[in-house]
Amino acid sequence: MIPRLHAKARLQRDEVRDRDVLLYPEGLVGLNPTGAAILALCDGARSLADIVTTLEQRYGVSGLEGDVAVFLDGLAAKGLVLYGP
Amino acid sequence: MDRKPLWLLAELTYKCPLQCPYCSNPLDFAGPRFKRELSTAEWCRVFREAKALGVLQLGLSGGEPTLRPDLEELVRTAHGLGLYTSLITSAYRLSQERLAGLKAAGLDHVQISVQGAEADLSDEIAGSASYRDKIAAYHYTRELGFPLTVNVVLHRRNLHQVEALIRLAESLGAERIELANTQFYGWALHNRAALMPTKAQLAAAWQVVERERARLGTALEIVWVLPDYHEQFPKPCMGGWARAYMTVTPAGEVWPCHAAGRITTLTFENVRDHPLDWIWEHSEAFNRFRGESWMPEPCRSCPRKAQDFGGCRCQAFLVAGDAGVTDPVCTLSPHRHLIDAALADEHESEEWTYRAAPASRALAAALRERT
Repeated sequence: MIPRLHAKARLQRDEVRDRDVLLYPEGLVGLNPTGAAILALCDGARSLADIVTTLEQRYGVSGLEGDVAVFLDGLAAKGLVLYGP
Repeated sequence: MDRKPLWLLAELTYKCPLQCPYCSNPLDFAGPRFKRELSTAEWCRVFREAKALGVLQLGLSGGEPTLRPDLEELVRTAHGLGLYTSLITSAYRLSQERLAGLKAAGLDHVQISVQGAEADLSDEIAGSASYRDKIAAYHYTRELGFPLTVNVVLHRRNLHQVEALIRLAESLGAERIELANTQFYGWALHNRAALMPTKAQLAAAWQVVERERARLGTALEIVWVLPDYHEQFPKPCMGGWARAYMTVTPAGEVWPCHAAGRITTLTFENVRDHPLDWIWEHSEAFNRFRGESWMPEPCRSCPRKAQDFGGCRCQAFLVAGDAGVTDPVCTLSPHRHLIDAALADEHESEEWTYRAAPASRALAAALRERT
């Protein structure tokens, strides 16, 4: 399962509030550093499993799969993330 | 609390080839107050100052923003700053080449209005033959890969077409359709008796929306802007006065929303005289109704005040004559009877005045005489 950002959504640095945001038509979602890191890996090539492995290696932890899936499912419910084969 | 703006609506010009009788522009749009339009350089400065202040979303609106020959340059500048740019257009005479140029300049999103689900009604409401251009532009927009919003202002004359409008947006591959029940400001307030829907019309349309939302899911987002006169409690207008939103008018005045300029008891500052951050932080107009300390009863002791912020200041001014009272839509307001009277006043044959420069100048003269 390969998650990717919908074409209408764009990641943007919000310098004034020192965070990343996901911008889309008439709306935005503020991201914490973990959320921003997850979305930065949603490049349309990496699978969900690849993304989890990359993050687990980067942060030296395990068991992130549930949290990553919940985060991406939340954005998918808003139509901002799509899942491909 | 984060009190930085996220949204800027840039009204680039009040010139428009359409004449919609519900237009939210000021009645006196053709008068001297809005005559001297900001230059390209001035708009670019406004965008830079807005971004530095915290703005992330930019609406390029009007009037008809595509009448500005420098639109591409404005989009390029805004995109370079990292703003998410939306073009809010009637699409009158909007060519594929122009849209392609805007895409190349970095435009993110296109919103195109339509006044009805078929040419006859749409053109009649718009007061100009524009439906065919709109349909063509919807297709160009999708072909160029833009996310597309279809926007429809709803009122007595087109509420019966809600299902056909949703089907139209679906067939075009739109991301969103905004079904915006008329809010009564500007020309819409002037034409209120001709536009006011019946309760039965609204109930039927809402049923369609619920059914179509269930059918379409995330494939098409259906936004339903509440007809606030028919509600019990006021809308949380702009998420609160001067909390997240501002409008810059064609001649550079800065307002907390696109209707605020009608409040004659406030003085609005201009980007030609002050930096945007000073206007946001320190100007009298932005501070007057910020927060909760300005609130009278019944808002002051009401648990809903954190939810609806006392409703809309413009509506309080326009209906009750005082921008500092509870929104008269609220059933707890001592002025609610004024809203109920407007609801009861259903003249089926009432004619509307089209939004056009000669009518605007006549109305502006009448307004001046009254004040």
